[in-house]
Amino acid sequence: MDDATIICRCEDLTYEDIRDWIQRGYTSLDEIKRVTRCGMGQCQGRTCRPLLMQELSKSTGQNIAQMQMSTFRPPLEPMKIRAILEHKEDDEI
Amino acid sequence: MQNTAEVVIIGGGVHGCSIAYHLAQKGFSDIAVLEKGYLASGGTGRSAAGIRHQFGTEINIRLASESIKMMEHLREELEYPCDLGFRQGGYMMLAYSESQLKQFEANVELQNKLVNAGSQILSPAEIAEIVPGINTQDGLLGASFNERDGHIDPFHLTHAYAEAARRLGVHIYTQTRVLDIKTSGNRVSGVVTDKGEIKTQVVVNAAGPHGRIIANMVGLDAPMYPERHQILVTEPIEDFLPCMVISLTHGCYCKQTPHGSLLMGVGDPNEVKDFNERSSWQFLQDVAQKVTFHIPVLERLRIVRQWAGLYDNTEDKQAILGETEVEGFYIDIGWSGHGLQLGPVVGKLMAQKIAGQEPEIDIGPMSIRRFATGELIPEPACV
Repeated sequence: MDDATIICRCEDLTYEDIRDWIQRGYTSLDEIKRVTRCGMGQCQGRTCRPLLMQELSKSTGQNIAQMQMSTFRPPLEPMKIRAILEHKEDDEI
Repeated sequence: MQNTAEVVIIGGGVHGCSIAYHLAQKGFSDIAVLEKGYLASGGTGRSAAGIRHQFGTEINIRLASESIKMMEHLREELEYPCDLGFRQGGYMMLAYSESQLKQFEANVELQNKLVNAGSQILSPAEIAEIVPGINTQDGLLGASFNERDGHIDPFHLTHAYAEAARRLGVHIYTQTRVLDIKTSGNRVSGVVTDKGEIKTQVVVNAAGPHGRIIANMVGLDAPMYPERHQILVTEPIEDFLPCMVISLTHGCYCKQTPHGSLLMGVGDPNEVKDFNERSSWQFLQDVAQKVTFHIPVLERLRIVRQWAGLYDNTEDKQAILGETEVEGFYIDIGWSGHGLQLGPVVGKLMAQKIAGQEPEIDIGPMSIRRFATGELIPEPACV
């Protein structure tokens, strides 16, 4: 993939941004997520996480199947605080 | 893995990395930092990373003042190529009772007397000028405020120290668990990990909530318990909240990061004291109610993600710091939820201590001995 190609749309990160950090020795999903914000945007890594794993695998030789996943955190989709305030115990979801 | 080290530091949070950097600067060689996960994977990275002069005990005020001075020049000192996210937009502590306001007034006086902190007490009208849309109708009496306080990015802060330490020759081993600490007579002699054994005369326990387990390995009891605290982060919006806002009454706080997202947290007074680090749905309801009580307009924001982390609480909510009765075994744990901001200064002081110098701020009151003598130093300003 081209250096200028966007890898994380939410946080506007290119492959070059990610490659720079890998070069500097950041070679785990968890570390790269936290220093670049790749996967921390509104889609929560749904697009960029597999791409980042492929890139890490390519540049460091790590096997994707054995790569340690970062935690998937709730909520599943961005959700308004108001929606939680309006929710009542017996509401149907 | 190396098989000898001049110093082994257990814990790759901001404290461990800062200690390593300051020791390396003093000329210590073959320093090893051991981290069971990745750097900043524990309390450091999970914290809201607020920074404040506004404590109520002399030792914390002196530590905070020096740490903030260090952070003001840290990026240059550590030659870190990225923004540390350090923002001094202030820190506001809301008061909802006369007794709390009195306590804040006493704290402010102490802060200004000891370190010329520039802290002040604000009226509800002054609060509303700084925090747009704050609810001043339901019992808000005033606030303690300091405009040189603020917050920082805990990951970049830790990596800034880690990278600078590595350039000075420090070895950092992530995904490496400590299994045991060996002693010979009354002195540490080595550390056993799942990747091998390192012989050393000096071990620093900077393992946060796991610090009690580490201390047990040399036969010490460090009275401290883990306690889960939870945070959420919202979608990014334009600059809205210049300062960190906290209510000790509600156990609730909020900050806007340079990225634009807002972090909101609540502590649950009935939290079970264990190592549970998973987030809960009950937290969402709790934080939604509390944070919109303080700033109603926040109900329009979307929550993107929530997580949890562990405080390492002691009885008086103060750290356990310094040397111990086991020779060569040092402790830097028990920060009870306000330790991240003190990582810079404590790293410097611990390095001075280990080098046999007198620390430039007296850390004696935080010694582990206080639990035996009963000389506790309760910190009134924490959540």
